[in-house]
Amino acid sequence: MQTFFQQILNALQLGSVYALIALGYSMVYGIITLINFAHGDIFMVSTYVAFFVGSALMAYAFKLPGLITFLLTMLASMFFTAFLAVMIERFAYRPLRKAPRVSAVITALGVGLFLENFTLATIGPHPRFLPPIIPVHRFTIFGIATSNIQLIIIFVSAIVMFLLDTIVRRTMVGMAMRAISWDKFTVPLMGVPMDRIISITFALGASIAAVGGTLYGFVYTIDPYMGIRIGWWAFISAVIGGIGNIRGAMLGGYLLGLVEIFTPVILPSSTYRDFVAFSLLLLLLIFRPYGLLGRPVTMKV
Amino acid sequence: MKRLALLLGLIVALSLVVTSCAPKPGVIKIGVNAELTGGIPVVGQSCKNAAELFVEEVNKAGGIEVGGRKYTIQLLIEDNEDKAESAAAAALKLHTAGVLLMIGPNASRNAIPAAEVAETNKMPMISPWSTNPKTTIDPKTGKPKKYVFRACFIDDFQGVVAAKLGVELGVKKPAVLFDVASEYNKGIAEVFKKTVEELGYPVVAYETYTTGDKDFSAQLTKIIAAGADGLFLPNYYSEVPLQVQQARKLGFKGIIFGSDSWGNLELIDLCGMDCDGLYFTTHYAPDIATPQAQAFIKAYQAKYGKVPDDVAALTYDAFGIAVTAIKQAGKIDREAVVEALRKISRYEGVTGVLEYRGTGDPIKSAVVLKVDVPGKKFTYYTTAKP
Repeated sequence: MQTFFQQILNALQLGSVYALIALGYSMVYGIITLINFAHGDIFMVSTYVAFFVGSALMAYAFKLPGLITFLLTMLASMFFTAFLAVMIERFAYRPLRKAPRVSAVITALGVGLFLENFTLATIGPHPRFLPPIIPVHRFTIFGIATSNIQLIIIFVSAIVMFLLDTIVRRTMVGMAMRAISWDKFTVPLMGVPMDRIISITFALGASIAAVGGTLYGFVYTIDPYMGIRIGWWAFISAVIGGIGNIRGAMLGGYLLGLVEIFTPVILPSSTYRDFVAFSLLLLLLIFRPYGLLGRPVTMKV
Repeated sequence: MKRLALLLGLIVALSLVVTSCAPKPGVIKIGVNAELTGGIPVVGQSCKNAAELFVEEVNKAGGIEVGGRKYTIQLLIEDNEDKAESAAAAALKLHTAGVLLMIGPNASRNAIPAAEVAETNKMPMISPWSTNPKTTIDPKTGKPKKYVFRACFIDDFQGVVAAKLGVELGVKKPAVLFDVASEYNKGIAEVFKKTVEELGYPVVAYETYTTGDKDFSAQLTKIIAAGADGLFLPNYYSEVPLQVQQARKLGFKGIIFGSDSWGNLELIDLCGMDCDGLYFTTHYAPDIATPQAQAFIKAYQAKYGKVPDDVAALTYDAFGIAVTAIKQAGKIDREAVVEALRKISRYEGVTGVLEYRGTGDPIKSAVVLKVDVPGKKFTYYTTAKP
């Protein structure tokens, strides 16, 4: 039983990161029905920003308390990544908004490749860890081993997701986003600044991914290709939860965290992991194509 | 027009003078197939560094004499991206470029497919670091390949050394976590399991993962639940720090030890104090270097500012063996070089004495090193003779 709860905790840590990235896929899809395949690589860039800002703060800054350094690092990463995503939208996606859907998807893949290879060429392929901004403390509660970092990952993710949910449901910007996703032909006629709202959506999605990226870099190594697999898993999370649906993306993220952890527990090897995840996706697309929390779309003729 | 003709004539005349001045040394092309990008870039870099150092030394000394004529070495370096298919493609590219022989790839998961290409195209290949037995064995006949050699021991030996090390360190309930998608890791894990069980200590958990995984908490939780007191990690230096940290985070208190794939100082940078005092088996120890090895270590340090790791030392030896064979062959011909390689029975390199007994696999000693994190180095612990 203890082992079981230990595995649940392991899954929560991974699931939090997947959920944070899945949100970006879901929000962008919700608003302009584009699957932003560069999102995994935007996440990768965010970990590198956190790496450089964190290292610089550790090296030069005044003896700041760990928590402040952590928050500064995360905010810097969020800010820069949001800026990057807005630029990508402005220069790579916006000119194609009226083009066939597939052009935009291919462009997104291209942007992803560009980010990967740009990072590889400028920073190099060596895996790295974020500097120990917050010293690790390991302890056990009720026989379950954990660490302060793990709890930070789980709680910070939960808080950020709650904030995002509130923004989307309770603010004017959120209302405008939901309105555009509902009907992108009529809403601009009502005076909603469509371009600005789309930019804000990209910025929000990317900064949430940057929260995930900063947290991820504390416990896992980062490298230029890390965005590929994580991006795929987050994408599956978003689709399983119901792409375009924010709570669905969170649910999907945690679900895939469970899949990743419990595959090697139940099946003989973690090699089956992708098989399980993609099978889940396939089954869902057959029986519930709009995802767990999504609503079926009816086309009007 | 006249002026142009004059100029052309002058150029032709000049080039004739230059070429006829002295007999120009010939050029031998040697290919390097290394993991410069991908999961283990430091391995590729060390291999490239040692190759360039060796060639620089040889060319500075005027090249090598083959059949009465001087030759300089020209290196052709290809990146195999640490991918099986790219390693095979790189081998083919080097073959087409007309290299006399190929050094590399280093990791077994790349060396095995590249060795297939080398064998089919009759191109001699020496892998510095690939310890998996399959590299030099023809999968169809089960016999040794004709054109493939290596400069390191094989995992049938290393797995036994690691198993004995575990028992010596007092492990009673060993567990293994290894990459099931990588030939090297898989091969050595199997030999380890077989040997410790023969020594009377059944493996309590035998867990796997796939290349590129970063979260091992599920498998490690299982290992801890099985009550293991020793964990063998025959995995690459870029993954081991995550595994050690996650094991300690989950409360694993037992002994952790590994194999030659740990032997890179990057391990210490990534892992920090969690890896302090851990042991691994490997090819050479700078601490107990022979005079010849010391000269190499000094030259390498002067050029690159760091102590050569095992990949660098083995690459240097691979080149040493190759050049010895080329000299003995007496002509620039692949078949003659392979013949000469077959005839080398003993070679004293920087990683110790290599003895070949008719196959491409040398017989040599292994050493056990201990990770010293505060000192940022690996210290010599013991030697295991074959």
